[in-house]
Amino acid sequence: MYYLWVFLIGGFVCMLGQVLIIKSNITSARILVTFVLVGVALEAFGLFDYISEFARAGINVPIVGFGASLAKGAIGAVRAKGLIGAFTGGLEATAGGIAAAFVFAFIFGLIFKSKTIN
Amino acid sequence: MDAKQRNEAYNNYVKAKIPKTRPWPTLFYSFLVGGIICCLGQGINDLILLWFPNMAQQTAWGYTLIILIFLASFLTGIGVYDKIGKFAGGGSIVPITGFSNSITSPALEFKHEGIIYGLCVKMFTIAGPVIVSGVVASVLVGIIYLFI
Amino acid sequence: MAKIQTVKFKNRPVIIGSYSIVGPKEGQGNFKNYFDYIMQDDRFGEKTYEQAEKKMIQHAIIGAIEKAHLKTSDVDLLLAGDLLNQIISSSYAARDFSCAYLGLFGACSTMAESIAVGASLVNGGLFNNVVCSTASHFSTAERQFRFPLELGNQRPPTSQWTVTGAGSCVLAQSGKGPIVTSATFGKVIDWGINDVNDMGAVMAPAAMDTMLTHFRDTKTTPDDYDLIVTGDLGKLGSEILIDLMEDQGIKLGLNYNDCGQMYFTREQSALSGGSGCGCCATVLNSFIMKKLQDGKYKKVLFMPTGALMSTTAAQQGETIPGICHAVVIERGEE
Repeated sequence: MYYLWVFLIGGFVCMLGQVLIIKSNITSARILVTFVLVGVALEAFGLFDYISEFARAGINVPIVGFGASLAKGAIGAVRAKGLIGAFTGGLEATAGGIAAAFVFAFIFGLIFKSKTIN
Repeated sequence: MDAKQRNEAYNNYVKAKIPKTRPWPTLFYSFLVGGIICCLGQGINDLILLWFPNMAQQTAWGYTLIILIFLASFLTGIGVYDKIGKFAGGGSIVPITGFSNSITSPALEFKHEGIIYGLCVKMFTIAGPVIVSGVVASVLVGIIYLFI
Repeated sequence: MAKIQTVKFKNRPVIIGSYSIVGPKEGQGNFKNYFDYIMQDDRFGEKTYEQAEKKMIQHAIIGAIEKAHLKTSDVDLLLAGDLLNQIISSSYAARDFSCAYLGLFGACSTMAESIAVGASLVNGGLFNNVVCSTASHFSTAERQFRFPLELGNQRPPTSQWTVTGAGSCVLAQSGKGPIVTSATFGKVIDWGINDVNDMGAVMAPAAMDTMLTHFRDTKTTPDDYDLIVTGDLGKLGSEILIDLMEDQGIKLGLNYNDCGQMYFTREQSALSGGSGCGCCATVLNSFIMKKLQDGKYKKVLFMPTGALMSTTAAQQGETIPGICHAVVIERGEE
């Protein structure tokens, strides 16, 4: 049943991105930056976990989840290690995703060629 | 009428002249595709936890995201992801798969300029600002939490 | 003395050969029956799209020379340009021709710019055979001006499709073919548009300026021409031009059209139409030349427009300057 929530909230978050595109014609880089910052803010104000509890993948799969993990990692590490945690925590928490993106992009970049869409 | 007034008047005229697209179809498709990608992520996550019941939720999420990133990167390579993006818009940009697409697409586009200066450098044209802004913001949040 | 913008060619430079080559998508468009060569694959057997664009120009130059029944050694001067930084496609293509070369940059107006310069030189008796050429490629332009091809993003409705294609023609002192009778060199016009996805609006004021100058200098009206054709204003841009001309008291009728707007069929989802150097160059060197030779058209005003855009300047928030050159091509006497 929670798949319905995942679908509805995930779809809604993505639709917000589309609203931004229509309203201001912004590029995908700006959209991604905006949503990452939204994620950081949600986590900083402690709201992300409430949403995540029932939205699950609906909020974690959108790039908002990436921003939230960054902030969550930083906050957790600050509590455990002090100031140094602010610098190490964020990337530590998201290292898997970032490294995966680089590795796969590197491999597929070598294998495939770009094609013109018609 | 001086040049500044003329330009302003012309800009306003052009703005009114630009054909208005109906937003509803693209909003619907972005909702649909975005929702499906999120459900796919949830499905992968549930399967992982089904096969490895002892795995921590946090680790399972890590694997889920890596699998999604892999899928999007592969679909970009075979030239499918841009076709999805054409009608899905925000639906395929906002999920983590869009982030993966934004790294893989310049990588294959610019590999003819060499592995170092082409592929490796251009990988960051879109992902760079995303990672940098996210990290800067998270460090700021961490420092603020140090004092509260 | 009044400033000179329009020149008349009394010695009647002749276009003795013309050639067009297009990509697969363009080969399904409205002009498909007129092109000389349609590529099956837009990489044209090369490793990169840049190399394909260079090869297209070479192919078009050789094609035009052959259709003019000349040898490459008969050519005195090559005038060419394209959209890429440092006009590499043209200059690198010119390596293979042992003749003088002038690289031109007029963005999408390069075809008219090269014909106007070439006709001036031939008319003055300075050169015998001059080749004018230009090309554009969708994939090289996207990569330089916009985003990687595989990035999943949507194109705004005002954006245009850069035509993959090259066109060439040979100008000579005498021979059989359409005649270049006059040219109007355009001014750079900027009416403060900075939307890189709306080139039609950038270039329409330049087209208006050149058109007004041309009609005033040659004492003609739109009715004197069988066809008035702009390059790549697209659907939106040509509507703007019609409005702007109406404000100036000149009504553009059914003999006005735009290459970009005509280029693709409705089903091809090219949004506001075709654009790029190759857009008007391939239409001129196929459809228009054919109609001039058949006698369907007697006098054509060919006036492609160009947006002199750079991504660096656009990112720094500069507005985009536009330009438009006009040439009059008439049917030669038999």
